Amino acid sequence: MEKIKLTIDNKEVQVEKGATILEAARKAGIEIPTLCHMELHNMNIENKPGGCRICVVEVQGRRNLAPSCITEATDGMVIRTNSTRVLNARTTVMKLIVSDHPFDCLVCAKSGDCELQTLAKQFGIRDIPYMGEKSTYRKDTSPSIIRDVDKCIMCRRCEMMCNEVQTVGALNAVNRGFMSVVAPAFEMDLIDSPCTYCGQCVAVCPTGALSEVNHTSEVLRALSDLNKTVVVQTAPSVRAALGEEFGLAPGTLVTGKMAAALRRLGFDYVFDTDFAADLTIMEEGTELLGRLKAHLAGDKNVKLPILTSCCPGWVNFFEHNFPDLLDVPSTAKSPQQMFGAIAKTYFADKIGVNRKDLIVVSVMPCLAKKYECQRDEFKVDGNPDVDYSMTTRELAQFIKQANIDFHDLPDEDFDTPLGESTGAAIIFGNTGGVIEAACRTAYEVFTGKSLDKIEFHELRGIEGIRSATIDFDGLPINIGIAHGLGNARKLLDEVRAGRSKYHAIEIMACPGGCIGGAGQPFHHGHSEILAARAKAIYSEDEQKVIRKSHENPYIKKLYDEFLGAPGSEKAHELLHIHYYDKSDEITIHH
Amino acid sequence: MIPKTLTEAKEGVKYTPSEKDKVEVKHKLSDDKIQKIREICESYNNDQGEIINILHETQSTFGYLPAEVQEVIACVLGVSAAHVYGIVTFYSFFTMKPKGEHPISVCMGTACYVRGAEKVLDELKKELKIGVGETTPDKKFSISCLRCVGACGLAPVVMVGEKVYGRVSPDGVKKILDEYK
Repeated sequence: MEKIKLTIDNKEVQVEKGATILEAARKAGIEIPTLCHMELHNMNIENKPGGCRICVVEVQGRRNLAPSCITEATDGMVIRTNSTRVLNARTTVMKLIVSDHPFDCLVCAKSGDCELQTLAKQFGIRDIPYMGEKSTYRKDTSPSIIRDVDKCIMCRRCEMMCNEVQTVGALNAVNRGFMSVVAPAFEMDLIDSPCTYCGQCVAVCPTGALSEVNHTSEVLRALSDLNKTVVVQTAPSVRAALGEEFGLAPGTLVTGKMAAALRRLGFDYVFDTDFAADLTIMEEGTELLGRLKAHLAGDKNVKLPILTSCCPGWVNFFEHNFPDLLDVPSTAKSPQQMFGAIAKTYFADKIGVNRKDLIVVSVMPCLAKKYECQRDEFKVDGNPDVDYSMTTRELAQFIKQANIDFHDLPDEDFDTPLGESTGAAIIFGNTGGVIEAACRTAYEVFTGKSLDKIEFHELRGIEGIRSATIDFDGLPINIGIAHGLGNARKLLDEVRAGRSKYHAIEIMACPGGCIGGAGQPFHHGHSEILAARAKAIYSEDEQKVIRKSHENPYIKKLYDEFLGAPGSEKAHELLHIHYYDKSDEITIHH
Repeated sequence: MIPKTLTEAKEGVKYTPSEKDKVEVKHKLSDDKIQKIREICESYNNDQGEIINILHETQSTFGYLPAEVQEVIACVLGVSAAHVYGIVTFYSFFTMKPKGEHPISVCMGTACYVRGAEKVLDELKKELKIGVGETTPDKKFSISCLRCVGACGLAPVVMVGEKVYGRVSPDGVKKILDEYK
């Protein structure tokens, strides 16, 4: 690769030809402020429409200022990133953007996490001299996501995520000039659009234009109701990210403090979704082995590959886009819903509480889970298995609101029986984790042998689509893994065309898996945060004594006392569902 | 608008026309209309890059581009309906409302504008009781604005269908309309 040299703020820097000025500056340790630009390094995710002009710099010999995010660095360039001319231009651009933005920061969901607010502070903006017309648009609330387009600065990050990364196609810039908004087709509400509630638009929105539906006050009300028993479950990836909200370094595991905080918030039982993840492996693994054995026996009707079904964003995606393949994914419910179903039957019976007086709250890295727990299939006589689903961010905010000193909390354990889990369950939080957990159990059940090496490193990594062949004692099992719905679509197209080579495919809607979920603390384009969370998840697995789902003693007990065997009639009634065709658009076959 | 249950969401999220910035999605198209759209797309090899030409031709075939037509185009070309809608709303030439039997275009180019095109437009709006981009209830007239028809010497210019009227004054509007009544 050809190298070029340039000077930025009197610092000489060498970069590969083709790099932008912004990239060169970062290499030189100079942080040029950006707004519309966002990049998740190593994940092929980049938004650079060059629209906001916050990142302008002065290039010697060039008449106008150059937007650094889209201007290629050339050999011998001399650049100033903080001359008077640059600072004045940036401030003017900033004031113009803010002049069409509401001033309700005090009550905005994004306050403290807003990139526009951060820049306004950094630039020392104290007045907005341009008091012209402000664009207004109706608010749109869905079960998971709130759109408040008045706060949109047209950075197009959400549009890029929704179309290029996720290929969902729910959001697009519409209209022109001052009237432009990012909206679904025909400006319908999100709930009528093909939106999957993956929430990746929310995860990258720099302002409060896109945010999650907040359930904190409902949970608070339930906790203060003496007639209710309130249990909480926490998803695997929450413990690897929650600490960030309290200033801890990314990748700090806060499992013990999180359990302690939940107890201090007043939850009667602090349980773990990981328990239900182990249960998912028992059910999904049994289904996989059942299909595999039928396939090996020559059954032509058996559907392979089997697709994981833990991710509600993914479930929404295939219900919208692949209604002809509804019998391909596993029928196993997601861990959140398995937990709810068991909590409101097995556990409610154990403690002698009527299901209506048992409130199940989940803490999830996810926005689609909010929608999932409201689905009719997950209700008994109108009473949902999971009452409220909060995000990692909401939990952090709740802890702060309750003036609990997070740093001062001791490490506490989850309660039994629904709080016990194995290392296989915790890795559900990473891309490749569910299928690795499934392999640990399926291998041993299928071969009757004990695994020499528990880790399947060939299933790990950050590539969008990965594949590996696992040796099931002489039988090659082809595993496919996709994270990000655009990658999932590629594997699904293969399945539809009958060209798929896989026995099993794991799919996670969010890039990185649940650690990159839309309910997690905002990454603001720092992919190293996601990498640190992934590492933390694997280290928690390593610290566990039991690392295979089928060895969880409380899972064994649950089957002995209540469910019978994996895949039993009772297990099917409580732990499996069917999917629905949600493609209401016109389908034309070529 | 937020459905209470998912059944409600699935079966009957109805558009509320009272919310004025919403466009009603009508029922699905007839088979022969879908066939016609497919032929147009096919003539451009179903190429996503030809979407503007496809929209042009579809609009000249149907007179306008209602939501369901855009959905079919999106489906045939393999792009999202939101993408098609984004293009249709970006270019002022495309319209989602049927034009009148006699579409009226008022030139708002510089020459026409300085010679009083706006006053002519106001008179047209007053006379027909509709705004720009709208169609009269009897579907006879619709008003749109355009930029320069290349007849600046005749400014201000109004077109009714293909016919060009030059040096139009607000007083002359009624006479022009009478020709079509």
